[in-house]
Amino acid sequence: MISRIRAVVLVPALAIVLALVTGAILMIATSPLVTGELSLILPLQAYLAMLSGAFGSFDGLVRTLVNATPLVLAGLAVGIGFKAGLFNIGAQGQFIVGALLSTAVALGVNDAPPLVGIPMALLAGMVGGLVWGFIPGFLKAYTGAHEVVTTIMLNYVALAVISWAVSGPMRGANVTFARTDDILSASLPILLGRDGHLGILLAAVAVPIAAWLLYRSTVGFEIRTTGANPEAARYAGMRPKNLIVFTMSLCGLFAGLAGATEILGEVGYMTASYSTGVGFDAIAVALLGRAHPVGILFAALLFGAMQAGAGNMQILAGLPVQMVDVLQAVILLFLTAEIVVRRIFRVRGQTAEMVEMASVSRSYGGGAT
Amino acid sequence: MEGLYDIPVIGLVIQFVAYLVAQFPLVAPIIVAAAVPIVLGALCGFMNERSGVVNIGIEGMMLIAAFTAWWAASLTAQAIPASPGPFGITPALFVGLAVGILAACLTSLLHAWLSISLRADQIISGTIINVFAFGITGYLNILVSQNAPRAGGQLSRLLLPGSITEIPVIGLIVKAFISVGPIALTMLISVVVLQYLLYRSRWGLRTRAVGEHPRASETVGIDVIRLRYRNVILGGIFAGLAGAYLTIEFGNAFQSGMTNGRGFIALAALIFGRWTPLGSFGAALLFAASVGLERSINISPPTGTLGDLMTSVPSQFYGALPYIITIVVLAGVVGRSVAPAADGIPYQRESKAA
Amino acid sequence: MLATDNGAEERQPSVTPEPTATPEPAPEPTATPEPSAAKAPLLEMRGITKRYPGVVANDGISLDLRAGEIHALLGENGAGKSTLMNVLYGLATPDEGEILLEGKSIEIASPHDAIERGISMVHQHFMLIPVLTVADNIVLGDEPMRNGVVLDRASAAKRIRELGSSLGWDIDPDRKVGELSVGWQQRVEILKAIYREAKILVLDEPTAVLTPQETREIFGVLRRLKEEGYAIIFISHKLYEVLEIADRITVIRRGKVVGSRRPAETNEDDLAEMMVGRNVELTVDRGESHPAEALLVVHDLAVRDDRGHEVVHGVDFEVRAGEILGIAGVAGNGQDELVGALTGLRRPHGGTVMLGGIEVTGADPRRLHKMGVGYVPGDRQRFGLVMSFPLSDNLVLNDYYHPPYAHGLVRDDAAIQADANIAIAKYDVRCPSCQVAAETLSGGNQQKVIVAREFEGYVRLLILDQPTRGLDVGSIEFIHRTAIARRDSGVAILLVSAELDEVLELSDRIGVMYRGRIVEFLDGRTAEREDVGLLMATGGRESGIQEQIVEELVS
Repeated sequence: MISRIRAVVLVPALAIVLALVTGAILMIATSPLVTGELSLILPLQAYLAMLSGAFGSFDGLVRTLVNATPLVLAGLAVGIGFKAGLFNIGAQGQFIVGALLSTAVALGVNDAPPLVGIPMALLAGMVGGLVWGFIPGFLKAYTGAHEVVTTIMLNYVALAVISWAVSGPMRGANVTFARTDDILSASLPILLGRDGHLGILLAAVAVPIAAWLLYRSTVGFEIRTTGANPEAARYAGMRPKNLIVFTMSLCGLFAGLAGATEILGEVGYMTASYSTGVGFDAIAVALLGRAHPVGILFAALLFGAMQAGAGNMQILAGLPVQMVDVLQAVILLFLTAEIVVRRIFRVRGQTAEMVEMASVSRSYGGGAT
Repeated sequence: MEGLYDIPVIGLVIQFVAYLVAQFPLVAPIIVAAAVPIVLGALCGFMNERSGVVNIGIEGMMLIAAFTAWWAASLTAQAIPASPGPFGITPALFVGLAVGILAACLTSLLHAWLSISLRADQIISGTIINVFAFGITGYLNILVSQNAPRAGGQLSRLLLPGSITEIPVIGLIVKAFISVGPIALTMLISVVVLQYLLYRSRWGLRTRAVGEHPRASETVGIDVIRLRYRNVILGGIFAGLAGAYLTIEFGNAFQSGMTNGRGFIALAALIFGRWTPLGSFGAALLFAASVGLERSINISPPTGTLGDLMTSVPSQFYGALPYIITIVVLAGVVGRSVAPAADGIPYQRESKAA
Repeated sequence: MLATDNGAEERQPSVTPEPTATPEPAPEPTATPEPSAAKAPLLEMRGITKRYPGVVANDGISLDLRAGEIHALLGENGAGKSTLMNVLYGLATPDEGEILLEGKSIEIASPHDAIERGISMVHQHFMLIPVLTVADNIVLGDEPMRNGVVLDRASAAKRIRELGSSLGWDIDPDRKVGELSVGWQQRVEILKAIYREAKILVLDEPTAVLTPQETREIFGVLRRLKEEGYAIIFISHKLYEVLEIADRITVIRRGKVVGSRRPAETNEDDLAEMMVGRNVELTVDRGESHPAEALLVVHDLAVRDDRGHEVVHGVDFEVRAGEILGIAGVAGNGQDELVGALTGLRRPHGGTVMLGGIEVTGADPRRLHKMGVGYVPGDRQRFGLVMSFPLSDNLVLNDYYHPPYAHGLVRDDAAIQADANIAIAKYDVRCPSCQVAAETLSGGNQQKVIVAREFEGYVRLLILDQPTRGLDVGSIEFIHRTAIARRDSGVAILLVSAELDEVLELSDRIGVMYRGRIVEFLDGRTAEREDVGLLMATGGRESGIQEQIVEELVS
């Protein structure tokens, strides 16, 4: 059992180490732009600032959890898709459409008691995301249009929809720029510290639910079989088309919930230019977590910590927060170039392809399932 | 003519067509300009996918090229004074172009290494490139912009003599397509050349063979790995041109994420165009036309009922139009447009089985 | 990938034990019997050893080849013949040993090298690109050029036509290969090999997909090439063919050379024993069948292929409980689509299918399974198994959703594994546990897993599609025996196989499929190989032969 965990965790952990090293090299290389001169200790300052920002205080810890919340939910939105052989890059669009719909409903129930308002707003978020996941799922299943391109296109369309909605019908009264009114009743209550809202609990609960769904239920078996071998799935009596639609909708639901928790718990209103980078971070989280709910949880916590500490890093070390994006990308790079990690650290064992993730490129060339 | 417009429904269609025709002189250069990065991106995708390598990292490659071209031009402009040559080319712009192309080729090399040698999932490899490109260009852009860098300059159009451009209709088309900057002209030439080479040259035959059936190609002595590497890296040139176009020909500044999905629209153009250069060119014009439509609605909308109809639609819709068209095209076309058979499947040289 | 090689030896308790116990034949003198014209060998492979993880594919193999001879390499599936040829053709590098060409030691690092040295190979699975033309496929890798950049298609076409007619074929260089029949594709493969002025020709199982008539024709071509001085290696597992065409026969078993003979000095039994290592009946005795009522009744069935063309035109037949109906036919005559329609993977667009009196036309796989239909697919990795899943999941692939394996949405892992272990024991699947992934098993064991799943439970009709393709003798025997046992217990079995010998061996009745129709039914006890082969090739009627002549003129 221990050796199995070790086998699965070792390479991602080493990939993270290598990424930090690479990040350090990059920081040193660009330090003249940051501090005006070459600085060899810049990485050290940066990482320490990040650590203290993320874990050095109770507020920091809460911040980490709050950041991790949408990452867990959106990470599940991507990871479940991987299990079905689908690459859900549309988590961003599903996220913001979910946020939009939950805002709309939340504003509508601003006068109702929170016990009514909160569930309704959260539900609306899930529905919004579900719809935005359903569309590419349906297209993939019945026309063969690969979800990679359609979901990215829908991300842009979603931005346009939000822009129109918030500038138009949802525009608040007495506002000086394009935004909605504040959400009052449906605001998620704070459970921990200053910003630790209910969403944290939702994310924590989502993980075992997703794990159970994928590995203990018949539906999960069907999803995984469709991803691993759609033709065998057909022969087994499963309906891959329906499963693709179902899975994409389910992914959308998780991403929409993520958007809802963000709006209801964090921001409290929406602007016409509302967007998020969570969608792309979620891809990194899903890959790092090997598309397994528990792995996604840990990966989300890591990235959440990095983001929580990034602000501190910018203040104390002067590095733009975008460095976190770069670090994330480099982690992914080393994950993919697993063989490099193994060679550097002399890790033995077979280079298994990420078998937990069914091959996504297989369906690229077209043709309905 | 105006009377025709009053016929219900059909009248609107007629008016719409007339409107498009009338707007053409205004809008044609806009369409061509919008099409250039899409076509170039599609050519990059073409070089990759015809050989059997899926590349969805074109967006990232374009972004990296856009940033490095701009930055290099800007740095060079500070060091070497401008002395514009044909097309307004200066040493700074030349360096910028070269650096942009080089950056894209290096990124392509990364993609090639991950996809071909390490046999990683090619879509994941492409996504990593996109994520990395976004992050690093955003990061460096902030650092560089802190010091208010000097503009690198901008390439200018080819100017044609009035005797050509004034010929009715044809003159207009020629002006739209030929009176353009050097990168755009390169795009036009590349489309024609690559289309010819694909079906008539040895390179084209071998590329097609490797993209369809790499093992069969290997058994007749073709080095599949080398061919794929070469084509992927050469494809980087086109992504480099596309990115550089954005910051040294079309515009002269960089913004985070400025490619705005063009790399993906390029992929859709490639699929719609049946993985041929000429087809991609046509498809790209279609997508670019929606950009032109948005611009013309904003500048001079049609009159009468049609005008009311079209301006009542929110402006965000027109902005989203290229993306919506992409989805519609993919949904309608993909099933019938068949990719190279080995597209996306990593190739293993020595088979394991006895 | 750990392939646990499941040799037949371990399966049969009643015959002589392990091959290591059988004294290895005394090492043959390296100078194998001389053909009539004594010449120095053109090619020599000495002590070739090639190891893969878990298995030694070639173990010290030595072989020599002379110009103007046909040297057959005989062995069952998995013996190491293909590996040896991969070594010769540069697709694999040997761990030990050397290769000598005309007496000089050479290295072959890639197919490019092999081609340079005059070695050409015709592969078992055609290495042809369907979307390219005949000419493009043949010249690929050695294209004639004009001006250095442009292809010279005209001179290529000319040369191809000449080569073709020198062998008696009327080849159209501009046809797309994907549109050609299997027999014609074979010819293109051969032209590809001789286009390059080769000296050595290697043919890997060339007759696997041919009718007896086409096989005879190919043999004629080979003899002609032999007279022109080619040195030919002919790989096969078919004993009678090898005896007919070869000048020398070398038998390989489990990676080692077992012996070399000339056809005159040996016979099928002797070769079979060398091939398998024990006294073996390569065919099972199917005994008498006692068919009962008709279980599957197919009437006027019409099916389209993926491109929308009708490839099954009004097929009528029935299969009775307790009998095996074998459908013989060259691959590509509509068998795949017919099987697809009967297993629920494809919708027929005309006709009816009745199972036990109930109409099931166009029923989906799950409904068919509930009604007692089992299916062993031809492509086990595509349809039969989920390679990355554990065996236990694979074994419940058809039944995972109902009790005892699941209650509502919740799966019952304990019940799944318990039954899996029972099945694995009963069908003697060699594996460390029921939790290993299917891809770690050898081909034979994978097929056993599928058989274990499909042959058990409520089953009235079994559809077997190429059930023993690519398997070793032991597994083939096992599957044949099990099928006959099921037949004897009252199951109706429909066997579809391109391997004519398998159809002849197992079938109580034989139907021959030709161009989407079943052209004739024969009694399995009296059918002659030649007659069935003729039907497969021509459809039997006079018009069938005329059709073929017309087709050959046109293509």
